[in-house]
Amino acid sequence: MNEQKKPSSTMHGPVNDPHAADDQVDLSPTLGEEVKYTTCYMCACRCGIKVYLHDGKVRYIQGNRNHPVNGGVLCGKGSSGIMQHYSPARLHKPLKRVGERGTNEYEEIEWEEALQIATERLAGIRATDPKKLAFFTGRDQSQALTGWWASQFGTPNYAAHGGFCSVNMAAGGLYTIGGAFWEFAEPDWHHSKYFMMFGVAEDHDSNPIKKGLGMLKNRGAKFVAVNPVRTGYGAIADEWVGIRPGTDGLFIMSLVHELLKSGNVDVDYLIRYTNSGWLVIQDEGAADHGLFARDAEGNPLCWDMDTEGLANAKSGKVERPALKGEFTLADGRRAVPSFQILAERYLDPQYAPEQIAHVCGLQAAQIKRIAAELAHVAFKETIEIDQEWTDWTGQTHDKMIGRPVSFHAMRGISAHSNGFHTCRMLHILQVLLGSVEVPGGFRVKAPYPKHIPPGIKPAGRADQVNPNTPLPGAPLGFPTGPEDLLLEDDGTPRRIDKAYSWEHPISSHGLMHMVIHNAWKGDPYKIDTLMMFMANMSWNSSMNTAGTIEMLTDKDENGEYKIPFIIYADAYFSEMVQYADLILPDTTYLERHDCISLLDRPISNADACADAIRYPVVEPDRDVRGFQSVLIDLGHRIGLPGLTNEDGTAKYPGGLPDYMVNHERAPGIGMLGGWRGEQGDKPLKGEVNPKQLQKYIENQSFWQHEFAPDQRYFKMANKNYLDWSADMGLLPNGDPIIFQLYSEVFQKFRLAAEGHGPHTPPKADAERILKFFDPLPIWYQPIEETMVDGKEFPLHALTQRPMHMYHSWGSQNAWLRQITGKNRLFVHEDVAAKIGAVDDDWVWLSSHHGRIRCQIKIVDGVNPNTVWTWNAIGKRRGAWNLDKDAIEAKEGFLLNHLISELLPIQGDGYRYSNSDPITGQAAWFDLRVKIEKAEPSQFGESWPQFPVVEKFDQLPDTPKVSRYGDVFRKKREGK
Amino acid sequence: MTSLPTYTNKKLGLVIDLDTCVGCHACATNCKEWNAGGHSAPLTDYDPYGAKPDGVWFNRVHSFEVKRGDRPNLTINFPRSCLHCDNAACVTVCPTGASYKRVEDGIVLVNTDKCIGCKLCSWACPYGAREFDEDEGVMKKCTLCIDRIYNENLDPEDRQPACVLTCPAGARHFGDLNDPESDVSQLTAARHGRDLMPELGYKPTNKYLPPRARKVDHADIGAPEELEPIEADGFLGWLDKVLSK
Repeated sequence: MNEQKKPSSTMHGPVNDPHAADDQVDLSPTLGEEVKYTTCYMCACRCGIKVYLHDGKVRYIQGNRNHPVNGGVLCGKGSSGIMQHYSPARLHKPLKRVGERGTNEYEEIEWEEALQIATERLAGIRATDPKKLAFFTGRDQSQALTGWWASQFGTPNYAAHGGFCSVNMAAGGLYTIGGAFWEFAEPDWHHSKYFMMFGVAEDHDSNPIKKGLGMLKNRGAKFVAVNPVRTGYGAIADEWVGIRPGTDGLFIMSLVHELLKSGNVDVDYLIRYTNSGWLVIQDEGAADHGLFARDAEGNPLCWDMDTEGLANAKSGKVERPALKGEFTLADGRRAVPSFQILAERYLDPQYAPEQIAHVCGLQAAQIKRIAAELAHVAFKETIEIDQEWTDWTGQTHDKMIGRPVSFHAMRGISAHSNGFHTCRMLHILQVLLGSVEVPGGFRVKAPYPKHIPPGIKPAGRADQVNPNTPLPGAPLGFPTGPEDLLLEDDGTPRRIDKAYSWEHPISSHGLMHMVIHNAWKGDPYKIDTLMMFMANMSWNSSMNTAGTIEMLTDKDENGEYKIPFIIYADAYFSEMVQYADLILPDTTYLERHDCISLLDRPISNADACADAIRYPVVEPDRDVRGFQSVLIDLGHRIGLPGLTNEDGTAKYPGGLPDYMVNHERAPGIGMLGGWRGEQGDKPLKGEVNPKQLQKYIENQSFWQHEFAPDQRYFKMANKNYLDWSADMGLLPNGDPIIFQLYSEVFQKFRLAAEGHGPHTPPKADAERILKFFDPLPIWYQPIEETMVDGKEFPLHALTQRPMHMYHSWGSQNAWLRQITGKNRLFVHEDVAAKIGAVDDDWVWLSSHHGRIRCQIKIVDGVNPNTVWTWNAIGKRRGAWNLDKDAIEAKEGFLLNHLISELLPIQGDGYRYSNSDPITGQAAWFDLRVKIEKAEPSQFGESWPQFPVVEKFDQLPDTPKVSRYGDVFRKKREGK
Repeated sequence: MTSLPTYTNKKLGLVIDLDTCVGCHACATNCKEWNAGGHSAPLTDYDPYGAKPDGVWFNRVHSFEVKRGDRPNLTINFPRSCLHCDNAACVTVCPTGASYKRVEDGIVLVNTDKCIGCKLCSWACPYGAREFDEDEGVMKKCTLCIDRIYNENLDPEDRQPACVLTCPAGARHFGDLNDPESDVSQLTAARHGRDLMPELGYKPTNKYLPPRARKVDHADIGAPEELEPIEADGFLGWLDKVLSK
């Protein structure tokens, strides 16, 4: 307790013992008898940790100095893992609902009974109509398993939380450069001289960014933060660009305008590594208008300026393809290089800084200056590394030439309905500057870059979903045209979340934020069971929280729940558990196995390919099981072929650790890349090694393969990297990865919307597709903003996560909740002045959808048209085994109540989801609000409030005083 | 009252870089987890799952905004812990000798066996660095991880305060500020490290490195103010020239 109060009146005379020689400080106390290395799970960053154990209790968790992700450091979350592990909110035993949903009427059952209930239900679904199981995982790190399991089950209705998180970030990158921001790539921290970070919500990825920023600043690089909010990383930026939310795309287009107008693009780079020279058919009205002109073998064509003829653009032999001009194809039609279309698009005066500055809330001079600075650093401060390398054509280069400008983006730019194009535009900016995969630029991490887009198509068409039959592929993938959509014969969506439908065709992470709504409504159909893992969907992970709670408890005319059965797995007593019919208690991260696989989000860095494991460093003291092992057990009980031997026995009786070692996705390729082969000497590809897990544990729970110096840059075109990658199975072949500035995929959808081809959308969807599916990035005002009255709701409202918290996990942590126990609405001083509010006043905040009451904090570091708050601090009274008067519940609040999962009603009465029309990414940040001062009588409590969650009997009483750690001292001191 | 040593062999302390601190609280929570079981264990938490939790922390991070007139305003993240002052009033006011400054290294410690919980030291400390453990009735404070920095059970590279080792941004440094050749002294000199509230005369050992000059102007990085458009034939004409080379 911080003590700045008056002293007590106890006084004594002077003391003769000045230096307390009798203190006898123990300078070398023991830390306990054991040190174990595993992987952190306090957020998605997946740092290596060193766990000190004393008498079986966790004494201390330190960052692992040798680990490729964090190199020894550990963030505020990771350092609070002890309180997460010992949380009184941990579930203890499986539970079966015996009362109504939303009450605490549950009965503890044995695992055997729990598994039998689930098996019976799921086996029945699988034998009749597998798509009636919707399986959605939240902040899961085992999608390589869970996606495969769904595919084995035969349901297309699977996704993780990417749809409400940041699929725009992933898809925008994967459809453009074959890599993406966040954990999939990193700026070249060692060489970059100019770094721009876009977007609010600076959470991905945690420690590498912090380390990198420290490095950049010490080297004297300039750091520009483009973010409506000036906190966290933005606080240490050289320059804060307090942009208006949802306008980043326009800002980037204006930068590109300036660069093009002045000739500051890397033409050699564009020729070598992009589709800039590929010819685009110009035949308005034809079925292939806007597609690439191709030769008989399907190769795209370019115009070879040396031979003055058409040539295979992918041959690697055309040194000077035309980037402008109009050329005649063999059939007499005209075509132009795609770069010409791009250049003409962004050279248009509508993108001039003077034209767009007011929309973005910036000054034209500032935009011009930043463009000038980017050009200066990229082209006047070029760096060269004396490292020979060979490109994919076999040509050897004696140097690696770098453009030392780099970029990173956060959820802020992508959680808008225009986020996909914005993310794509940022990649196009990087490519025009020649700064992707070069020294000083943006570097992709293995197994990326992938071919564009990756070659996996979503499975789940009508002919692919059959009783007792696995899907022929993965439920999630990357469509390259209308033929890849998952549609019924009448063109309506196949999936419960309407992913891969005409409504949002490229929804490569699904739409978790729509599952409960659609399942409740029976739109497009009713399901039987909703199985979820680690997703607080009745609270901070849903839009329209109050409505979602109603949907979870709503019954039909027969008195049956509209969502008939809900299975939920979680380690903690979150707001969600009491809406489940069957609760499967998970372990904490220190008690579990996990596989941080290259088949999933990698932990690689740009210089090394890496993966990792978790293994139990302490044993559970409760009757809980790791969800992934439960899933494997359940799968065998249902009889999934991948989990069942021909004689009916379990293929992986040892659960997840067994699967991690023995499961092969393709011959020689499994979940883990390290120590494969019978002798444990084969990286990435090799026979199963029964001692593999032991090797990981001996190597501090991770494995990495460092790239040779000549493989470290230009990976998209680097022969030695590509060949190695293909040999190892990371890529299907060693073909170069050619950046797709102009994207033919989008033109294919647009042609379909014009009525071409066998797959065409209904009229209403066709209009959206014509508007939004542009082969080059466009900017449009976020959709919800265009549908609500901007005068009535003049402000943007955003959330971000504190750096020391990860969703609701962090805010229930005994230490972290002392740091941020309640959230305030951060309001610009001008906005506060306008409504006559002072610091600590309470306000009403309303949107087209709802109303909340919360307390304000007046700040200067925010875009004046924007208010914001910390996400997921607000709690429901009683949840997480916190006191019903916990400050998080009484004064904390959620912005979620203001956000609708549906857009306002449009002309024909249909309500599209509040998502990006391309990817289905939840458009959290399109929210517009108005602010009014609350009456003083309403001060002191946030609104809305919900009935108190009564805790389960199995949860312990919570202590009034926690003296964690005193036992270690007592033991040391022999007390 | 307790007297201070006239001389300490070393002045161990922290140098905290306000230019790179992102306010992530890693130093605060890592300090908490180390020290919860460390020399002054426990760092008691009150009502940890209750209405308003509170507890003992040796290191707290504050974030605040600074208005600078003509220059852009700043948001500053400011970690605050004991500064291990030369002229530590928290020691001189101590009636029992519980608070003391070590001759060996200048670290200010509390001998909790002698502490009577009178709180005079917290009254005397202008930095608010003292933390009273109500449960035990004694005063606690940053020990500079005295149970780490000399700890022979740790790898040599781990013999540093927990907050320094864990800081993801590399904003915290530990060393002997009495030795002008030490890394921390050199860093302090190079970056014009400052005492916190020097006018009070407590002569803190810890130093804060002020934010570096922000590179906002184009001239700061040698760039032009704006780019010159290509006049003749425009961009596509320029492209012709580039490709005809």
